[in-house]
Amino acid sequence: MADSKNAGAFVEFERVQKSYDGETLVVKDLNLVMPKGEFLTMLGPSGSGKTTCLMMLAGFETATHGDIRLDGVSINNIPPHKRGIGMVFQNYALFPHMTVAENLSFPLEVRKLGKSEREQKVKRALDMVQMGAFGGRRPSQLSGGQQQRIALARALVFEAELVLMDEPLGALDKQLREHMQFEIKRIADDLGITVVYVTHDQTEAMTMSDRVAVFDDGVIQQLAPPDRLYEAPENSFVAQFIGENNTLEGLVKEIKDGRALVQLDDGELIDCNPINVGVGDRTRVSIRPERVEFNKERLREGTHTINANVLEFIYMGDIFRTRLRVAGNDEFVIKTRNAPDQVRLKPGEQIEIGWLPEDCRALDA
Amino acid sequence: MSDATQSGPMLAADGTPLKRSLARALRMQKIRALMLIAPLLLFVLITFILPIGDMLFRSVENQIVRDTLPKTVVALRDWDPASGEAPDEDVYFALAQDLKIAVEAKTHTRLGSRLNYEQTGAASLFRKSGRKVKRMDLENDAPFKEAFVKIDKKWGEPQIWQTIKTYAPAYTNGYFLNSVDMQKGADGPEARPENQRIYIMLFGRTMFMSLVITVSCIMLGYPVAWILANLPMRQANLLMILVLLPFWTSLLVRTSAWKVMLQQQGVINDTLVWLGLVADDARLIMINNQFGTIVAMTHILLPFMILPMYSVMQTIPPSYLRAAKSLGANNWTAFWRVYFPQSVPGIGAGSILVFILAIGYYITPEIVGGTKGVFISNRIAYHISSSLNWGLAAALGTILLAVVLLFYWIYDKIVGIDNVKLGG
Amino acid sequence: MNFKSITALVAASALCAPMAFADGHMANEMTIVSWGGAYSKSQQRAYHDPYSEMTGTKIINDDSSAEAVSKLRAMNEAGNVTWDVVDVVAADALRLCDEGLAMEIDPDTQLADAPDGTKASEDFGDMLVGDCFIPQIVYSTTFGYRTDLVGDTPPTSVCDVFDTEKYPGKRSLEKRPIANVEWALICDGVAYEEVYDLLATEAGQERAMAKLDTIKDDVIWWSAGADTPQLLADGEVIMGSTYNGRLFSVIEEQKQPVAMLWDWQMFDLDGWIIPTGLSPERQARAMDYIMFATDTQRLADQAKYISYGPARKSSAPLVGKHADLGIEMAPHMPTDPKNSVNTFLYNYEFWADYRDDIDAKWQAWLSK
Repeated sequence: MADSKNAGAFVEFERVQKSYDGETLVVKDLNLVMPKGEFLTMLGPSGSGKTTCLMMLAGFETATHGDIRLDGVSINNIPPHKRGIGMVFQNYALFPHMTVAENLSFPLEVRKLGKSEREQKVKRALDMVQMGAFGGRRPSQLSGGQQQRIALARALVFEAELVLMDEPLGALDKQLREHMQFEIKRIADDLGITVVYVTHDQTEAMTMSDRVAVFDDGVIQQLAPPDRLYEAPENSFVAQFIGENNTLEGLVKEIKDGRALVQLDDGELIDCNPINVGVGDRTRVSIRPERVEFNKERLREGTHTINANVLEFIYMGDIFRTRLRVAGNDEFVIKTRNAPDQVRLKPGEQIEIGWLPEDCRALDA
Repeated sequence: MSDATQSGPMLAADGTPLKRSLARALRMQKIRALMLIAPLLLFVLITFILPIGDMLFRSVENQIVRDTLPKTVVALRDWDPASGEAPDEDVYFALAQDLKIAVEAKTHTRLGSRLNYEQTGAASLFRKSGRKVKRMDLENDAPFKEAFVKIDKKWGEPQIWQTIKTYAPAYTNGYFLNSVDMQKGADGPEARPENQRIYIMLFGRTMFMSLVITVSCIMLGYPVAWILANLPMRQANLLMILVLLPFWTSLLVRTSAWKVMLQQQGVINDTLVWLGLVADDARLIMINNQFGTIVAMTHILLPFMILPMYSVMQTIPPSYLRAAKSLGANNWTAFWRVYFPQSVPGIGAGSILVFILAIGYYITPEIVGGTKGVFISNRIAYHISSSLNWGLAAALGTILLAVVLLFYWIYDKIVGIDNVKLGG
Repeated sequence: MNFKSITALVAASALCAPMAFADGHMANEMTIVSWGGAYSKSQQRAYHDPYSEMTGTKIINDDSSAEAVSKLRAMNEAGNVTWDVVDVVAADALRLCDEGLAMEIDPDTQLADAPDGTKASEDFGDMLVGDCFIPQIVYSTTFGYRTDLVGDTPPTSVCDVFDTEKYPGKRSLEKRPIANVEWALICDGVAYEEVYDLLATEAGQERAMAKLDTIKDDVIWWSAGADTPQLLADGEVIMGSTYNGRLFSVIEEQKQPVAMLWDWQMFDLDGWIIPTGLSPERQARAMDYIMFATDTQRLADQAKYISYGPARKSSAPLVGKHADLGIEMAPHMPTDPKNSVNTFLYNYEFWADYRDDIDAKWQAWLSK
């Protein structure tokens, strides 16, 4: 359509703002472009604006400013029921007074489909989520996981091209959640639908998404595929929020050849990868626990090492988790793979640790 | 297991059968539970079950004839009402003996009042005869037939005798027959003359108007309950106070206020005339008829509809409506197919409450109902306090109770009583 | 033991438990039941206050006269009568007497003679209805009309109530047959002497209701004495029946544009009964009060406060001015010769017999 500026874009947010009280912005200047078929997750702590964005897309909230486009058409003034967007709600919102089949049939009925066509589509949708035998039951007679599947099937049964999911797995136990993550991803891929998925669970975001938008304070902090998000966080919020992270604070002394020399607060010097800092800035240095090395032989020649005190050793099966005191930080954690030749550190040991400069990211303070 | 081979019952550690020691352990629990509810049980028994039982009993009880005129009742057994003639001397002698005792105990006028419900004139007949019988001499004043006919010629006609004979048994269905516009005739139950039929019509009207009131309460209360359930807490509480406001003014004040509003020289008519919508000589009649009763009672009963609706609606998460809309339903379909069915239990609870309350109202219909807007309860109240025909009042009340139970049963069949919720 | 007596026993024992203690406090108290409002106030000033002052007996008022009959019956069944003296209309007194709920009283031995020595039975004359009733006042149910809404020729006859052409507009009548059917027959051309004979027949009853049919659409039916005064004041009706005392208050106290239409007023009596089942002390005290409150002077005193006529002949000459308004009360009495040209006296015997029968037909007629 004419008003789309991004060719191939399916969902677009352009300079979208949202305020409930006219004083504070819940969503600040949101810009987002999604191609068709993408699985995008909006991840962030509660109150970060991710659900508001989803509701604006669904049509249950109106944007205070800006434009939301679907397939090139501005949908700001289209009521929710005409947007043709499937949605899975946090508590599934299965209609308790209808059977499973009636729940699924509902969107088809309001679209005035014939009876046989409805039945056929309902059956297909139920089979897709492996719930074919449950059509005659009431939602209250189903387990949480089963209800989840039905909610998914209902959002898909009318062949929406865009499906929104608002923390759909929040109410399930861990094992079921992991299973459903896989299932949802599989179905989404099979059908080639575009999914906007909202969660505050980063594992969920990481395992399912093509891209993840990390929200904080009404702003997308970073929009990137999961691996980039983990390995190359662009600011300290993302670094902290995604995965486990060690933080050391200090001052950027110099930047040379893409390397920053950082003086930690206790005086030690380390080499880092400068991301969004300049010389003289305060910085938070981010290092992933599994990228820390204490075996000197494995460290690259000339790498800076610093001293560490072992405080605690935890055996976790597949990995060992060791807590250290580093540069005055008692919460510095390293993770090592459980391998036959792996050393098990003991509390009280003095060691030297180091890492590759590119794994150590100097971020904003 | 070794126990499996034992042939006898399972034994507890001390050797008593397990079943018995379990029962003993549970009995203490049961007694304790019973003690806890005993005050309520006693209260319900005294204030509810016994009066209802008493009412049911009164609606058929009729011992007064047999107790007051024991000999006469026996003597009348051989008399054939179909003969068209008054009974023989021995019946009159029995009557004289009975009345002599009754006059001493001053129960003859009470019997007269009782029989007056069935036959007009019985009250004065017994009052008058009582005075004369006092002076009668049982030994020497025979024949008594003549003596009684001299007191009042009604004693010489078969009618009064037939009434006594008909109502001689200790129990009667007469009150119930009366309640459905019938009477005990010579050949069993027969319809009352048309100019005395009223109760069936009143029952019908009571049902009909209670239904109309219930429906108006639903129509008016539903949107209010919906707004209440969807407003933020602070505003909802304020609105709730407004909803409950009618509870804080007395029933009579509220009903009288409606009079001021609705009468022909009242506020509404004045306003309509002032606006030119109604001519001054064609003011609307909105009170002293069914309309007035329906308006005033809908107002009074509205909170009973709103409260259960509100508490049910509060438990319906807004996500259902959103889900319906996301599935393609427009506002109306989403409401009608998804929200409304879930609010039905609230409507059910409110309707039962309002309907049962409406059916028993009598003060409001009495004040604003005129002649066409009164309920069966007004007649029951009349028979309790004015005509003192408590048997008839009890029979009418029993039928009303049965009708309510019948409605309840029908409701259960159609909607299901477990589909009634007063809240979460 | 039948079910009723068990119920009564339970109810009685439940009620008696606290009463056993209460009785001690009632040493010099009595509960007098009356109608409330202006009427009770007139009794308070004419009877209660002087009696309390004289004897030191504390008098507790209970405004339950409207339900006196049913309540007395219930108390009697429960075996716990808490009322000492009850003010009722004569018809209710007769009924209570018939039911054995009111004590029989001999006027000549138990009531005061007139000042000139006339026996009470003669002084009250035919006001003595039944064996239990001590008359107190004569009141009447009669009509009032709005002077500003009836045109230039105000109504003079009760039959003007039935003339909707001459006096168009709503009129209010009591929602019961008594008085209405008598007026209907009189206005249908029946002679006064024949009214009750005719009403005793089916045809007569139908004739009365047929007459009332002609104005049925223009009638607002009242059930409380305060209704008609209010309807007149609001202009909802142009004329209406009610108790004469209520109309007096509308005309003389509230100064509304209302006038009296005394034609064929329906006299009725109101007075005292003493319930049966009182303890001897309570009964004696009640009798003492009655003796005091129904003597010639006391009955005349009541007329200072309300426009109802004293039931004793000997009281009539003693009626003076209204205590607050200062107007001469005699012309406002229903018994005043000018007001009582045509009158009905409530026919107690007739209505005791025909009340249930005619009321059933009346209700059926009303709701048609």
